[in-house]
Amino acid sequence: MKWFISHNTIRSSFQLTLEKECGEKVSHCYQCGKCSAGCPIAFQMDYLPNQIIRMTQLGMEQQVLSSRTIWLCASCLTCTVRCPREIDIAEIMDYLRRQAYKKGIIPVEETEIPLFNKIFLRNIELFGRLYEMGLIGMFNMLSGEFFKDVFLAPKMFLKQKISIFPPRVKNIKETRAIFKRSGKLGKAHRDKLLNPRLLFLNLSRKIIGKIAKRDNS
Amino acid sequence: MKIGVFVCHCGTNIAGTVDVERVSQAASKFPKVKHSASYKYMCSNPGQNLVKDAIKKHKLDRIVIASCSPSLHEKTFRKCVEAAGINPYLIEMANIREHCSWVHKDREKATQKAIELTRLAVSKVSRNKPLEKTYTTIEKKVLIIGGGISGIQAAIDIAFANYPAVIVEREPSIGGRMARFDKTFPTLDCAACILTPKMVTVSQSEHVTMHTYSEIEEVSGFVGNFTVKIRKKARSVDINKCTGCGACYNKCPVKVPSEFDMGLGKRKAIYTPFPQAVPNVPVIDRENCLYFKTKKCGICKKICTVGAIDYDMKDEVIEEKFGAIIVATGFNQFDHSVYGEYGYGKHKDMITGLHFERMVNSSGPTGGKIIRPSDGKEVRDVVFIQCVGSRDEQKGLPYCSRLCCMYTAKHALLLREHNKDSQAYVFYIDIRAAGKNYEEFVKKVQDEYGAIYLRGRVSRIFEKGGKLIVRGADTLSGAQIEIKADLVVLATGLVAQKDAPSLAQMLHIPYDKNNLFTEAHPKLAPVETITSGIFLTGACQSPKDIPDTVATASAASVKALGLMVQDKLAREPLIASVNQDLCSGCLACLKACPFSAIEEDEIEDRKLRRKRTVAKVREAVCTGCGNCTAVCRMAAIDLEGFTNTQIMEEVETL
Repeated sequence: MKWFISHNTIRSSFQLTLEKECGEKVSHCYQCGKCSAGCPIAFQMDYLPNQIIRMTQLGMEQQVLSSRTIWLCASCLTCTVRCPREIDIAEIMDYLRRQAYKKGIIPVEETEIPLFNKIFLRNIELFGRLYEMGLIGMFNMLSGEFFKDVFLAPKMFLKQKISIFPPRVKNIKETRAIFKRSGKLGKAHRDKLLNPRLLFLNLSRKIIGKIAKRDNS
Repeated sequence: MKIGVFVCHCGTNIAGTVDVERVSQAASKFPKVKHSASYKYMCSNPGQNLVKDAIKKHKLDRIVIASCSPSLHEKTFRKCVEAAGINPYLIEMANIREHCSWVHKDREKATQKAIELTRLAVSKVSRNKPLEKTYTTIEKKVLIIGGGISGIQAAIDIAFANYPAVIVEREPSIGGRMARFDKTFPTLDCAACILTPKMVTVSQSEHVTMHTYSEIEEVSGFVGNFTVKIRKKARSVDINKCTGCGACYNKCPVKVPSEFDMGLGKRKAIYTPFPQAVPNVPVIDRENCLYFKTKKCGICKKICTVGAIDYDMKDEVIEEKFGAIIVATGFNQFDHSVYGEYGYGKHKDMITGLHFERMVNSSGPTGGKIIRPSDGKEVRDVVFIQCVGSRDEQKGLPYCSRLCCMYTAKHALLLREHNKDSQAYVFYIDIRAAGKNYEEFVKKVQDEYGAIYLRGRVSRIFEKGGKLIVRGADTLSGAQIEIKADLVVLATGLVAQKDAPSLAQMLHIPYDKNNLFTEAHPKLAPVETITSGIFLTGACQSPKDIPDTVATASAASVKALGLMVQDKLAREPLIASVNQDLCSGCLACLKACPFSAIEEDEIEDRKLRRKRTVAKVREAVCTGCGNCTAVCRMAAIDLEGFTNTQIMEEVETL
């Protein structure tokens, strides 16, 4: 990838805003590359984590927010604990995801990730704790991959990793109150979870994939 | 003749590859060998006692030590045998470690080689002659060439030991480059605040004599006895009469660009380079002075109340003797005109680091304001370019100038301090901040002073709409970058002074391909030169920052003082000597000698009954390199300790 960076890009407020809003000093980074060296998902990323930080330093907002990297980050925190300059890279990635989501810059191939995040939160809101069965079921329904990992379920059930019924939480109302308040504070609008476009995309991708597989074999 | 051979195991260093016992046994059978022994560590105290006892017991008179390199332990064993009553030059070392055990693996062959090496040493020592050390007197005065911070520090250190020092400085004032600086990294002390007190100390010291506006004309002699001719350029102002009132340069009508301010400010034709100059006595710049150009004007002479102005003053050459010389001639800035892509000379708003230093200095030509030289407007975006000249084998210097990273970081910091709205962009290749608190300083500039560091060289600078467009790259992100700058500051590298080679030739000290003076050993003798009695300090040897410069200045003055405190100078007798009966007077040796240790001599030839020219060795200068013996076609020159008979004896035994 080649870019041309103008004077205005470097002087843009992207880095300053980031430092102010998420509290992480991006300017501290001296590009040693330790974050990228230890990242378990780096092989899938379009830019390595250190490149994302460098691009942030140079104010390349558009490129950073539209990169796949920020969505692929699993928040395993390997980079954060190993950073010699004490930068919480995972936190920055999270911030960048939120920022990209706000601006509606979501790469099509990775659209499942925000969906998963949303279902996860909705799940917590409803049950107070994670209800795995509900999460998986809802995710499979809404992503269009209805039978994904379905054969794992009996095994996990036998090992008591998942249960049929949601967990019981003592005071579910309080959790919901928290969600309500934070929703108001963050002025977050609730999108609909059902996204026909995504559903269609995933379904068609699955069918195309199957056809391609058959052709290959 | 009773020769003793002592073979050293050197732990397993030698014994690991060489059968030491066999060497010792074989040596006992060599002709004239009376006694041979081996020991684990011959250089240790018990080992030396073994040698001493054997000398007494067997009445040995010559010794061969088969051990390590003579450069390591020859002196040790010379002392050892001297204590046992043998002339210290009647020993030879057979190097069976560096030349044998360390470089071979085959035990059998290595042992054979060790035996041969010992055999050679035995045959050589049989031709050794007892030699005596010679002594020369020492002139108790140190010459310091250059009056910058290193020269000043060296003078202070020598004066502190109550020995006289003489500073010769080319400029009208001492102070050198440091006097131009604003603040110094990493502590940000003001340069003037820490330098001027030192300058005053020098000027007030009874032990220090200053020859400013002077240059070295000729150097002859040798350690302890250098004779130096110093040209005192005509100052046109009597240094003894002048009170430094400043009336002359206030009234002078001629204004020319000031060299001290890097051409950013003006000075008069009669001037002191800066207000804190030491000595505070002006100089008339004869090239620009109206009186010298047209014979009119003469205002300064009229106005001077003490009559210090003397238009008829002439250059004066004085001759002085010195015991040691400290070379502190400093550095020059790299001439960046080779970089056409940066538009040298075209863009007024492109300056070097030294210009920036003057500009940011509150006593500088702009009064501490950082402005665009083209229109005098205050700057906002400033691009700093590091490694201009440095690390560029194609157009510049092969080496890293070592301090540009640091002074650029300092400039970026000062820029933000002087102007809160400014923004520094630094193009760098690597940041080399290896020094106490240096890395922390650079980080501080990046974190707290918001300097943007971009990794890459700048490719092109051009003017557009009153701004300088800087085209560079950031290799970390892989992006091309364009910045509209108000001012571009080039961190030009450090190079040797233009006349460094001629000074080196005058002093007979070596210099490298970059015209930097070469030290005797890069690690173990960093301030000495191979010419004894001449020492190096500061950036004339390699680019150095102020801490390193001061450290080497003190180091060099200690080395010089080490000579000063001696009553007489002992010299190794391993030097060349001319057999004048054999000498044909071709003087090929004179040309071959790198130390000017050979001179012409005339002797009365009794056979020819007339005078004839022969060569003569100046014993105090000769280092015993052996060049002359190799070129002498008459074999008239012999090097003591390595005489022709010794070498021939060795060759014949082989």
